[in-house]
Amino acid sequence: MLMDEHTLAHGAYWTVKEFFTYPNEYIYWGIHIVIYPYLTGLVAGAFVLSSLYHVFGKDELKPVAKFSLVFSLALLIMAPTPLLLHLTQPQRSINIMMTPHFYSAISAFTFIYLTYMSIVLSEIWFVFRPYIIKQAQERNGLMGLLYKVLTLGSYDVSEKALHIDEKIVKILATAGIPAACVLHGYVGFIFGSVKTVPLWKTPLMPFIFLMSAVISGVAVCIVTYIAGMAFKKHFICFVPIKSMCKVLSYFLAIAFLLEGIDIVFHAYTAEEFWGIMSELLFKRFAFKMIVVQWICGMILPFFLLVLPRLSMLRAFVAASLVLMGVFTMRWDVVIGGQSMSKSFAGFLEFHIPFLSKNFDILKEGIIPAVGLLMAPFVLLFIFNKVLPVFKDIFTEQECAEAEDRLSQRLF
Amino acid sequence: MVTRRDFIKAGLLTVAGMAIPISALEMFKPEAMASLVRSFSEKKRWAFVVDTTKCVGCGMCAKACKLENEIPFEAEVQRTWVERYIQLKDGDVIIDSPKGAREGFTSNDPYGHEVKDEEITKQFYVPKLCNQCEKPSCVQVCPAGATYKTEDGVSLVDRSWCIGCGYCITNCPYFARFFNPVTNTADKCTFCYHRITKGKQTACIDACAFGVRKIGYINDPNSEVFKIISSKRVAVLKPEYGNEPHVFYLGLDQIVR
Repeated sequence: MLMDEHTLAHGAYWTVKEFFTYPNEYIYWGIHIVIYPYLTGLVAGAFVLSSLYHVFGKDELKPVAKFSLVFSLALLIMAPTPLLLHLTQPQRSINIMMTPHFYSAISAFTFIYLTYMSIVLSEIWFVFRPYIIKQAQERNGLMGLLYKVLTLGSYDVSEKALHIDEKIVKILATAGIPAACVLHGYVGFIFGSVKTVPLWKTPLMPFIFLMSAVISGVAVCIVTYIAGMAFKKHFICFVPIKSMCKVLSYFLAIAFLLEGIDIVFHAYTAEEFWGIMSELLFKRFAFKMIVVQWICGMILPFFLLVLPRLSMLRAFVAASLVLMGVFTMRWDVVIGGQSMSKSFAGFLEFHIPFLSKNFDILKEGIIPAVGLLMAPFVLLFIFNKVLPVFKDIFTEQECAEAEDRLSQRLF
Repeated sequence: MVTRRDFIKAGLLTVAGMAIPISALEMFKPEAMASLVRSFSEKKRWAFVVDTTKCVGCGMCAKACKLENEIPFEAEVQRTWVERYIQLKDGDVIIDSPKGAREGFTSNDPYGHEVKDEEITKQFYVPKLCNQCEKPSCVQVCPAGATYKTEDGVSLVDRSWCIGCGYCITNCPYFARFFNPVTNTADKCTFCYHRITKGKQTACIDACAFGVRKIGYINDPNSEVFKIISSKRVAVLKPEYGNEPHVFYLGLDQIVR
């Protein structure tokens, strides 16, 4: 389709319409609005995981606590970038802080985001403080300078100071749990409150998003941790992974129930839009929703996780499947919701752009999407050079002890 | 030496004293100020009437709108458009709006399939435009406050402030909104606010040869819009969303989406 830039309507390039849709109707929220809840979900999940160690005293998670905390920062930094890419006037994004309109759910984003960011940053600082101070005293050159800056002038590593640190970390980790829930539940609220899109409009939306956030966050930690440790050729203690898998399986069950009850209610009440919605669910999105999202992304990994004699490979596969399933869920919600015309008499199909000379089209395409999904891992790699997260490992003996302790506990 | 009694006394006095000027600020709200001068019922509120029984689907309104409001003519977005509804004898309903009808309905072949006259039970056209809701969800959800409702009930977009998130577009039940391909900001019908506030008609009304469209103050007893709405059976589109739309239709049908 060759057209002058100014005659091509936003959305017309990647939307194919079928039957009756309104003339202005296009898929306006594209790939970036799929990635945005995916990334914030990973943030929330990774943070909750680190809080399980700091707040709920799950000792066996010690080796992954620092890792998941730093990883959640890497993800958090990338979370707003898809939003910026999505805007047609990104240079004006500051406007929502200059004249915030508080009746709008989106206007709260910056405040929630910055609050959460400050909690994560300060918790990381307190957790890594002894390490930073040690490095600042030992190292020279550019890295030494970096660590000196990172100490913020505080070199107190007395027992008393460290004890206070521990207390503060616990408080921050506790405060971080509701903050993480708000950050992601709020994303669910943004969708759930769009009254014109039947697939989104349910009060369950924040909770559905939250549960899928936790499962994707835990899953991404399992996958990255195993991959990272294998890459570093460290001994991988299976105990923390087993514990993460347990958490993952519990939340998988809840997430599945919530998503299921939503669909069952729509089918049972069969409102005006059920005709078009059922065609979407059981025909047009049947493969993506039923096969990929529910069967491969939830049911299969659940059984992989709960069946006896869980192995490292099985955990890795199950977590990868969950990651794929949650991404598909984001896609199905965002794209699927807009695929049903508001006229309830037509469909819109999304064809994600690949290459284009038009920048507005290119930026909504696959290339920036892949870049965005890779970026948190690149950031983690960089952060790991400054704040090593894969060093805090159980030796084989500690691992055996942890396994002993774990086996005596029910949860 | 300030005694506790003095302190409480002075404190209460300060609070009471400050309450007076602060409560007075309420007066400086535009609507409160206006109420001092004239009663609320006299506040003018624009409304639109569409008589679908008169529409023939020529699409001149959609064309005139595009030219007047400088939306690129070939761009597939419309501030106003016309939909065609064909009810068939077998119960099926065919709805279409090729190019938003800016080139008119010229043949009887929706989506390229000819429909024979004897298969049709009823057929009519429904012009659409922004409903200038009393409770516009687009204004509610704009994070930057770039879209706003004027005193006389018309919602407008500040093109220099819109960040282009598309939240308003998604939240409009009527899909009256779109991204302007030139300015890259949210855009929609303004009831030709630049014309009506100068005593002129909207571009679509001027272009309509059949008297389908009418605009006026809903609370002005002398306006035609008032007379129609208060004496005839009118309906609005999608009232279930609670937006209180202010485009009133004569001859609406249950098959209209």
